[in-house]
Amino acid sequence: MAYTEEELKKELETKEYEYGFYTDIESETFPNGLNEEIVIAISKKKGEPEWMTLWRLEAFKYWKEMEEPEWANVHYEKPDFQAISYYSAPKKADPNKTLDDVDPELLEMYKKLGISVDEQKKLQNVAVDIVMDSVSVATTFKKTLAEKGIIFCSISEAIKDHPELVKKYIGSVVPQRDNFYAALNSAVFSDGSFCYIPKGVRCPMELSTYFRINQAGTGQFERTLVIADEDSYVSYLEGCTAPSRDENQLHAAVVELVALDGAEIKYSTVQNWFPGNKDGKGGVFNFVTKRAICEKNAKVSWTQVETGSAVTWKYPSCILKGDNSIGEFYSIAVTNNYQQADTGTKMVHIGKNTKSTIISKGISAGKSQNSYRGLVQVNSRADGARNFSQCDSLLMGNECGAHTFPYIEAKNKSAMIEHEATTSKIGEDQIFYCNQRGIDTEKAIALIVNGFSKEVLNKLPMEFAVEAQKLLEISLEGSVG
Amino acid sequence: MLKINDLHANVDDKEILKGINLEVKAGEVHAIMGPNGSGKSTLASVIAGNENFEVTQGSIELSGEDLEDVSPEERAHKGVFLSFQYPVEIPGVSVTNFMKTAINESRKAKGLEDMPAKDMLKLIREKSELLEIDRKFLSRSLNEGFSGGEKKRNEIFQMAMLEPKVAILDETDSGLDIDALRIVASGVNKLKSKDNAVILITHYQRLLEYIVPDYVHVLHNGKIVKSGGKELALELEEKGYDWLKQETAV
Ligand SMILES: Nc1ncnc2c1ncn2[C@@H]1O[C@H](COP(=O)(O)OP(=O)(O)O)[C@@H](O)[C@H]1O
Ligand SMILES: [Mg+2]
Repeated sequence: MAYTEEELKKELETKEYEYGFYTDIESETFPNGLNEEIVIAISKKKGEPEWMTLWRLEAFKYWKEMEEPEWANVHYEKPDFQAISYYSAPKKADPNKTLDDVDPELLEMYKKLGISVDEQKKLQNVAVDIVMDSVSVATTFKKTLAEKGIIFCSISEAIKDHPELVKKYIGSVVPQRDNFYAALNSAVFSDGSFCYIPKGVRCPMELSTYFRINQAGTGQFERTLVIADEDSYVSYLEGCTAPSRDENQLHAAVVELVALDGAEIKYSTVQNWFPGNKDGKGGVFNFVTKRAICEKNAKVSWTQVETGSAVTWKYPSCILKGDNSIGEFYSIAVTNNYQQADTGTKMVHIGKNTKSTIISKGISAGKSQNSYRGLVQVNSRADGARNFSQCDSLLMGNECGAHTFPYIEAKNKSAMIEHEATTSKIGEDQIFYCNQRGIDTEKAIALIVNGFSKEVLNKLPMEFAVEAQKLLEISLEGSVG
Repeated sequence: MLKINDLHANVDDKEILKGINLEVKAGEVHAIMGPNGSGKSTLASVIAGNENFEVTQGSIELSGEDLEDVSPEERAHKGVFLSFQYPVEIPGVSVTNFMKTAINESRKAKGLEDMPAKDMLKLIREKSELLEIDRKFLSRSLNEGFSGGEKKRNEIFQMAMLEPKVAILDETDSGLDIDALRIVASGVNKLKSKDNAVILITHYQRLLEYIVPDYVHVLHNGKIVKSGGKELALELEEKGYDWLKQETAV
């Protein structure tokens, strides 16, 4: 190609993580390590009622007996769970503050992230709840939402103000003992978002949360719970960034979605946690459990664009419990340099005439490994279940890998399951064709990758789609020489 | 406008072009003919700057500027256009989006702003009418599932959009039925002016009935072995290439 060794090197350097700064905010951090006392301390610190403390302790008990899973196609040095601090909160935070009271340094940081709250405010259609190092610091648009009876707040506030809802639904989709990371999260989760849409209400704006890990050596364990009551609708956006650090940071989130009869939830994620530097040093370990339960005629769509993290382990899933319920999974996962991603979905068909769609686009560059792992399970009583899966992989260069592991378990003869998979490479001839039309190689790659990802990008809300496209470009810059 | 001097080019250390001399002036149409494997597409690729081919000797000049260190995209910005013999597919990228990107990248290189959407729309409308292209076609993924003829017509649509100085049409006529050939040829004729030049690579006299060349060159084994006026094409049609091969062997 048109690149000299020297130019290539330069480009690779400029592609270093652009969010890699550290904001100097006074914060309060617990000593490293995990035991019952820390769990109790977290709960106390947050002023939680006793039932919540007990729930956490129960989770901790399970976790102690569990082992870190090893079946995923990822290789990493296991985190030392006793070397992590499980609680870190910006000192000046106060959940009741308005935006004007927000620490100016925090605002500065949002600006660097390109998600300044001011800007978000102007967008008008986006309500933002920002979770930084465990504590939700600013919630906007609460009032507008409250008029419709919509609750959108931090999970800590929800535990205090809406205990009946939290008590009923927390752990109902992802039980404490579901898996190693979910158990850990249940014991120590520090904050996250909570959302409730009442019966028959269409949420008038996109709800959005930005997560960010700031403090060194802290794990982030946020917990999200979205409940869409009967015949309601909500579109929820989640964005993640983390500053660059040498040591690996741990992120083990749990997201639970409850779609009651006739409800629809769209859950979109753009994740660009720090992937580690070009030599594979540092980066976030991202072990996330996301699951939705769909009651009768309900519909849940997961859309995700994943460009970050050193190691990703993530399978947003749908339990299609009610008849005629629908689950969808649209995913773009990009890996570059030494990143490893093992991601996919699980669609469990329980109700009759349930439908699921899986579109997965994996893009691998550098020395990275990108795996799709999907399970389509049709239970014996799920008459008329249908699934369509399509997994496409795009490779750049010869040192990366793409793997597809589709599992199908059909216990009902009427099930219709279709699976398609393709693997392609960005060809020199495609790049030359673009070059010949005046498009340079970098731009050509962006164009080809965007084309490849189009079916998924189209599922994102407008403002997110633009951001996601930019992110794809950034994360693949300099990856073809 | 385009001046090629003693051009030699290799691929994988094998010499394909063995000393090409060719001068194309503004306003001219040149046809290059020759048997399969004689190096016609290679010549087109080398002019466009494809780095799979190594220029070992000689030079290519565009409007007096040596192109040696000029990248393919810069050559495009300077007005070189190649209608590919085998256009590639780019899934998920619509013809419109591709053209928008191409035009704006060229403008950026010249220090211009992006073309305003309404101007872009007008241009697309105008050029798609010129080539009798259905608007629906423009929203399809570039070359994906296009018939041979559609691909070629799309190449010429792109040429019309980009208004190059030197357009090289590599076997654009193959795969076109007679109606499509007429449309494409009339499009090319309308785009032709005293300020630009066209190089037609073809096997067939047929195209040259519609786009009449000022000069015809025969390429054989990496060299231009004969040049003449448009009547040379007729002669080739009648006699094939064998007599030339024999002539040059002598
Ligand atoms: N990328 C390539 N690698 C190896 N050989 C090539 C390549 N491109 C062209 N050639 C060889 O160069 C010669 C000329 O090919 P080409 O320029 O395509 O001929 P034409 O267009 O006149 O039919 C042929 O022998 C062909 O096999
Ligand atoms: Mg050819």
